[in-house]
Amino acid sequence: MQWKTADYAGWGRALRAKGRIARPERVSALKDALAEGGPAIGNRRSYGDGALNDGGAATEMKRMDRLLAFAPETGVIEVEAGATIGALLKLLAPQGWMPAVMPGTGLATIGGCIANDVHGKNHHGAGSFGQHVLAVTLMTPAGPREVSPASDPALFRATMGGQGQTGAILSARLQLMAIPGQRMKVLETRMRDFDSFIAALDASKAEFAVGWIDATAKRKRLGRGILEEGTLVEGTRPGPERKPKPVPFDAPQALLSWPVVKIFNRWYGSGVPDSGRKRTRALDEFFFPLDALSGWNRLYGKRGFHQFQCVVPADRAPALKEILNTIARGGVASPLAVLKRMGPGRAGHLSFPMDGYTLAVDLPARARVPALYARLEDQVIAAGGRIYLAKDALARPESMAAMYPELEAWRAEVAKADPAGRLATDLVRRLKLRSA
Amino acid sequence: MAETWIVLGASSSMARALVRRLAARGDGLILAGRDLGDLERDAADARVRGAAFAETIRFDARDLACVASILARAGACEGTVSAAVFVGSMPPQAEIDADPGLIEGVVTDSFTGPARVLQGLAPIIEARGAGTVIGVGSVAGDRGRIGNYVYGAAKAAFATYLSGLRNRLGRAGGHVLTVKPGFTDTAMTWGIEGMFLVASPDKVATDILSALEKQRNVIYTPFFWMGIMGIIRLIPERVFKKLSV
Repeated sequence: MQWKTADYAGWGRALRAKGRIARPERVSALKDALAEGGPAIGNRRSYGDGALNDGGAATEMKRMDRLLAFAPETGVIEVEAGATIGALLKLLAPQGWMPAVMPGTGLATIGGCIANDVHGKNHHGAGSFGQHVLAVTLMTPAGPREVSPASDPALFRATMGGQGQTGAILSARLQLMAIPGQRMKVLETRMRDFDSFIAALDASKAEFAVGWIDATAKRKRLGRGILEEGTLVEGTRPGPERKPKPVPFDAPQALLSWPVVKIFNRWYGSGVPDSGRKRTRALDEFFFPLDALSGWNRLYGKRGFHQFQCVVPADRAPALKEILNTIARGGVASPLAVLKRMGPGRAGHLSFPMDGYTLAVDLPARARVPALYARLEDQVIAAGGRIYLAKDALARPESMAAMYPELEAWRAEVAKADPAGRLATDLVRRLKLRSA
Repeated sequence: MAETWIVLGASSSMARALVRRLAARGDGLILAGRDLGDLERDAADARVRGAAFAETIRFDARDLACVASILARAGACEGTVSAAVFVGSMPPQAEIDADPGLIEGVVTDSFTGPARVLQGLAPIIEARGAGTVIGVGSVAGDRGRIGNYVYGAAKAAFATYLSGLRNRLGRAGGHVLTVKPGFTDTAMTWGIEGMFLVASPDKVATDILSALEKQRNVIYTPFFWMGIMGIIRLIPERVFKKLSV
């Protein structure tokens, strides 16, 4: 097995690691690589350190991306863990199927979607990614082992959203979702402020819904933005296939400075008339808007950025408004703020979703951000909510038990599956997930 | 009747990228290599992507016994039978310097092994008046360099062989495409220092398919390697022998 010593990072580029990386292309090579220890990692679309193992080894799964079986009658597909969500969508949509849950980037791998039990714009109806996983095959030292909710419910639950700690994910069998065509009818509506945004999310009947918030707006404009509601409709893909444009270099810091972001937000918001706007969009454009700009994380400059994403229970919307207020007053540029309604669906002990509202905001890595993040973290815990591990780079280990009440049950399963701690990542160590 | 492809070294990432494109257009695929268990996963992948059929067969360049069964399988295919060759091995030159016995293996993997299959396939292509051979060489075969001249010599021999095979099959309606990739991001080059202008296996596969459509004879991929190698070939030997490029 060949190893490469690399300096690598999470998507936010603020946390980095140095270590040996293998990139097997065959099962036998994967086995050899895992024998040297270290976690399996995917396309590194987690923002923080979930895919990092500083000073140790890691096995990159990107080249293990084969489709092993597909039944077009039932929409069940078996696929290796390194395949990306976007690749599946592209291949399956013309045949009338798509992954039932898709995160905001098509560049996440199936293994990563499972390890973070990701959610999409239809979480309020469809639940989380892991709820559509029929079985997962883990590479254990004894060989491949298929785990399903029936065969081993506790291990399955520890694997969904389990940060890869129960074993390297080799492949998974997924139940896809039938679609009427390759188009999304999108209704965009302007939202005046936070309260009307929450009311509109509650009233929305759309299968797919996402709110875009101008996180720089304060006082009575706090929470203003645009609600996007999507309905799948018939028809072939509108428009030609997208060719992502690269961001060729790290942007200077000024690009995302506070005034620039304010102007951007005003421009973006005003694109939608007061009466709203209807558009028909290609599925990938609707689900993965930022993938049009490959490497957009470089826009935040070489110091990188963090993303804060939390969820609070449905009856604590006022607390989320306070959290947003803290962000707005924090004076740190954050043009990409997303507000969504979540349902109760979750598949694992450490799954993020809860019945409530989720808010996600980008924070450029600056000196004052850790203190701001700590204030937000306190507010989230007080509201009975939690922070999304897939995005996190700054949370404190003491917060984990309060945010993730099933942590002890997860620890017990992980201790059985990987007693020596060979699969630990920087995130697992930083948040002391595996040790009390 | 769709075309059937025999792919030697089918588990390499370049082969995998080409196989996916051939599968998507509905061709039949016979995937040949050593790791049959893993190749079966590639065959499944090709079937899901639309291949008319996809099966596996053992090929080890160092074991001539498997050549006969591949040729028998090829002969049993209806319609056009084509082949794509992605095999080769590149042990570090220092290891070869320490153990010259490794030379035979490199030459067998990169030249004589696949040539045995192609030599047996040539009459089938001639008899049917159609068929394509894609032979993947390397820019390393264009000039012997201190860093990998045994591998380069084997690839040069393979390129010369393909040139002759083109001359032969062209008279009977067949076609031979020689592909010379530059640095490509594969398992073979993973972790090797000093690589530049590295192309993805997908890029190589895209270039191969477009070269097939245009009936090109020899391509460099990405194209700029033609310029780079053109310059390298022009350097006088008395200068070149002092360089470490």
